[in-house]
Amino acid sequence: MTATIAIEVTVNGRRRALDVAPHHTLLDVLRDDLDLTGTKECCLVGECGACTVRMNGRIVDSCLVLAGEADGAEVTTVEGLAADDRLSRLQAAFLDKGAVQCGFCIPGQLMAAQDLLGRIPQPTTADIQEGLAGNLCRCGCYEQITEAVHAAAEGPSR
Amino acid sequence: MTGTPAGASPRRVGGYERVTGLQRYVADIHLPGELVARLVTVPCAHARIISIDTSAAEAVLGVRLIVTAADLPQPLARFGPQFADRPVIAEGEVKYHGEPVAALAAETKDAAEEAARLVRIEYEELPAVFTLAGALDPGAPLVQDPSLRPNDRLAGTNVLREHRVGWGDVDVEAETADLVVVNTYTFPMVTHFAIEPHAFMAAPDGDGIAVWSTIQHPNWLQRVLATVLGLPLSKVRVLAPDPGGGFGGKQHTKYEPLVALMALRAGRPVRLVLSLEETFQAARRAAAEIRVRTGVRADGTIAFQDIAADYLIGAYADIADRVAAKGSYPGCGPYRVPSARIVARSILSHTVPSTAFRGFGNPQVNWAVESNLTEAALALGLDPLELRLRNLARKGEAFIPFDTPADGDWEQTVRRAADLIGWGKPVPPGRGRGIAIGIKAGPTTGLSYATVRLLADGSVVVHAGTSDMGQGARTVLAQIASDELGAPLDWVTVVMGDTSVVPYDQQTSASRSTVLMGNAVLSACRDIQSRLGAMAARLHAVDQASIVVEHGVVRLPHRDIPIPEVLKPGLGRLGGELIGIGEMRKEDEPDHPLGGSAAFFEFNCTAIEVEVDEEVGDITVVRHVTVSDVGKALNPLQVRMQDEGAAIMGLGHTLMEHYIYDDAGRVRNLGAIDYRIPTSMDLPLELVSDFVENGDGPGPYGSKGMSEGAVLCVASAVAAAVRDATGVAIRDLPLTPERVWRALQDRPTS
Repeated sequence: MTATIAIEVTVNGRRRALDVAPHHTLLDVLRDDLDLTGTKECCLVGECGACTVRMNGRIVDSCLVLAGEADGAEVTTVEGLAADDRLSRLQAAFLDKGAVQCGFCIPGQLMAAQDLLGRIPQPTTADIQEGLAGNLCRCGCYEQITEAVHAAAEGPSR
Repeated sequence: MTGTPAGASPRRVGGYERVTGLQRYVADIHLPGELVARLVTVPCAHARIISIDTSAAEAVLGVRLIVTAADLPQPLARFGPQFADRPVIAEGEVKYHGEPVAALAAETKDAAEEAARLVRIEYEELPAVFTLAGALDPGAPLVQDPSLRPNDRLAGTNVLREHRVGWGDVDVEAETADLVVVNTYTFPMVTHFAIEPHAFMAAPDGDGIAVWSTIQHPNWLQRVLATVLGLPLSKVRVLAPDPGGGFGGKQHTKYEPLVALMALRAGRPVRLVLSLEETFQAARRAAAEIRVRTGVRADGTIAFQDIAADYLIGAYADIADRVAAKGSYPGCGPYRVPSARIVARSILSHTVPSTAFRGFGNPQVNWAVESNLTEAALALGLDPLELRLRNLARKGEAFIPFDTPADGDWEQTVRRAADLIGWGKPVPPGRGRGIAIGIKAGPTTGLSYATVRLLADGSVVVHAGTSDMGQGARTVLAQIASDELGAPLDWVTVVMGDTSVVPYDQQTSASRSTVLMGNAVLSACRDIQSRLGAMAARLHAVDQASIVVEHGVVRLPHRDIPIPEVLKPGLGRLGGELIGIGEMRKEDEPDHPLGGSAAFFEFNCTAIEVEVDEEVGDITVVRHVTVSDVGKALNPLQVRMQDEGAAIMGLGHTLMEHYIYDDAGRVRNLGAIDYRIPTSMDLPLELVSDFVENGDGPGPYGSKGMSEGAVLCVASAVAAAVRDATGVAIRDLPLTPERVWRALQDRPTS
């Protein structure tokens, strides 16, 4: 067996110390070591966006980030979006606009959309479609996801 | 307390879990002491297995179990929804690229992966067939062992079955038709690409077994496992958490028997989560080649349709032959066709087993027949919309002579779509418009049970065996119970996906659940309402016949009482609950070509405007209009989501998706990099989804199934629009820029 490396990573505000295999990814750490299964596994090549999380202020495909690279990082996952069990404006908008069908891509969509709104508070439809182009939805909720991002952008601050 | 009425669009039941990451899909569940399984394959399609050396793999720390066919109970079990032809694991021979030859289970994912790489398989590659022409060649190797089909005249060929449906006399009509248009169309292999890859787990459970699966049909899986394992149904518990997308790819048993046998052998839970690449090798849509001969008269009426559809299915039948039969059956469309001949064949090949996929074989034949109708209209100098309207069956007309008559005012749907695209208005230069109609026979048989429990405080638990894979069944079934029993929607719990708890449901397919399970839930609610009526009669000393219970209210002759005010005194000091039982059956009809007439028809009209960049062959869908006849939208938002989702999925196979096979029968574009599905950047510039509601469906409150309609005729409508824009008819999908560009280069200059 391969030797492990020690990392410290802050996930959703909680500091975690872990011994990880050098070839394990941030996705492996989140799902297998921390049981944060909201972040989804699909393509493992950075194309589908299902594993999108926020790391050090920008979004990443967690399947493409080695666990060692996350040492010292601040990571936010979908589980960290709702504060005190209250849905964020974006999460609520996803439900109200019908952006959720099977739901498997939704954690990644939410993380990407949250990031987009951080960069562009009042995005155009083209901004949203481009900003979420890396997040596949086979249910085809793209129109509703766009509507939800617009709605979250227009609503009052939480 | 008031319920949420059917016809409202409340937030999705289960939505909160899905936006917070709390929803547990199969791969998110871990069992104590579980082992992680991996599959081992060989890098070609068809091979004889000479030897399997597992010694190096066994030496990997943490490996607990390695199985090949020889290690499993003999004779090795075979299973399949139509033919028991698929072995639990490859036996002696591999028939498609991706078929597992060995499987192993280890303490960790890393150990399992390392060990899987160390299994040495010696094999001899055998001749194989990957195309219709190859499979039909008289010298072709046989994909299936002929002994599996005793007394079948086709057993010595790769034709699994041939289905013939027809009426009138095509040959006589052909003599008198004013115009006959003959063309051949092809449709590629595509895959479901649910974002959730297939996942399976099994664990010994007392004297039985518990199996978790991303399956759409838990009860069917339970039956297969009981047969394979030799257990009574009561000892096989299937747990089916809501799938992360299904689209038909998760209907039938895949690796559950293998994982179950491994768990029993190891005496520990075993989990197998497929990669996306393995999922591509587990399920796909049948490719097809369809020759259509359409006869029309000068007045624009259809004289005959002569359709020969060859479906290229995979190495094992799965449900693919049924797909060919049912998908081609309404091939003539929703039109008055005096004479018809439809011959469909399912043809085996050494490729990934094809299975159900949204539309169930209809998109392939629709692509051909609707495209050919457009050709016929243009050849007659007739507007393609006008030709369709002239032949469209009116409500009540038996357009397929031995089946359910037209069950909607379909002209309304077609005219709505035409209006929304601006049909007949001038088209800007470089652009073109197309219109097409899709029809699909709904379920031909069905059996759904539901139990509904009205608890002492007026809250409700619904038990329904439907799978909610995103279509929103959980929400719609909750709405029905909420509407009927008056409980607020968040006081209704819908329990699904556990065969030890939930009563039998035949399957979640064919857009059936709102109609069949919906009726079962409705009838269980009516059962409770009648018990409440008896309670109220007793409590208020009135004749039960004078009491009506509806929409959460008990109506006595002179006053209305909310249900809880009858329920609480009615149940008395001990409390308890009222249990309602509902059942919805659609019996089979043995003499019918499909074994049963359609419970309803899904009817959709799609109208498209495209702009074609002739320099590079790129198609921009400027406007995509989809209108479906839904009977009654029980949740209009969810109807729109399903309709748009089907439309966008249709754009996938129309514009970009296809498997690419190499000479060894390997799929070269496995996975998300090389197999592209529509993203947010591939949408129509404008997507308009509308529906027609006349309350004329067989489901609750007049609803019909609708989740597949909008996928049926996207390709035909887009290609018609491209033809309108460029004058070029393209008869092969997908309409990639290269294909369009080449077609434009070959365009005759006039």
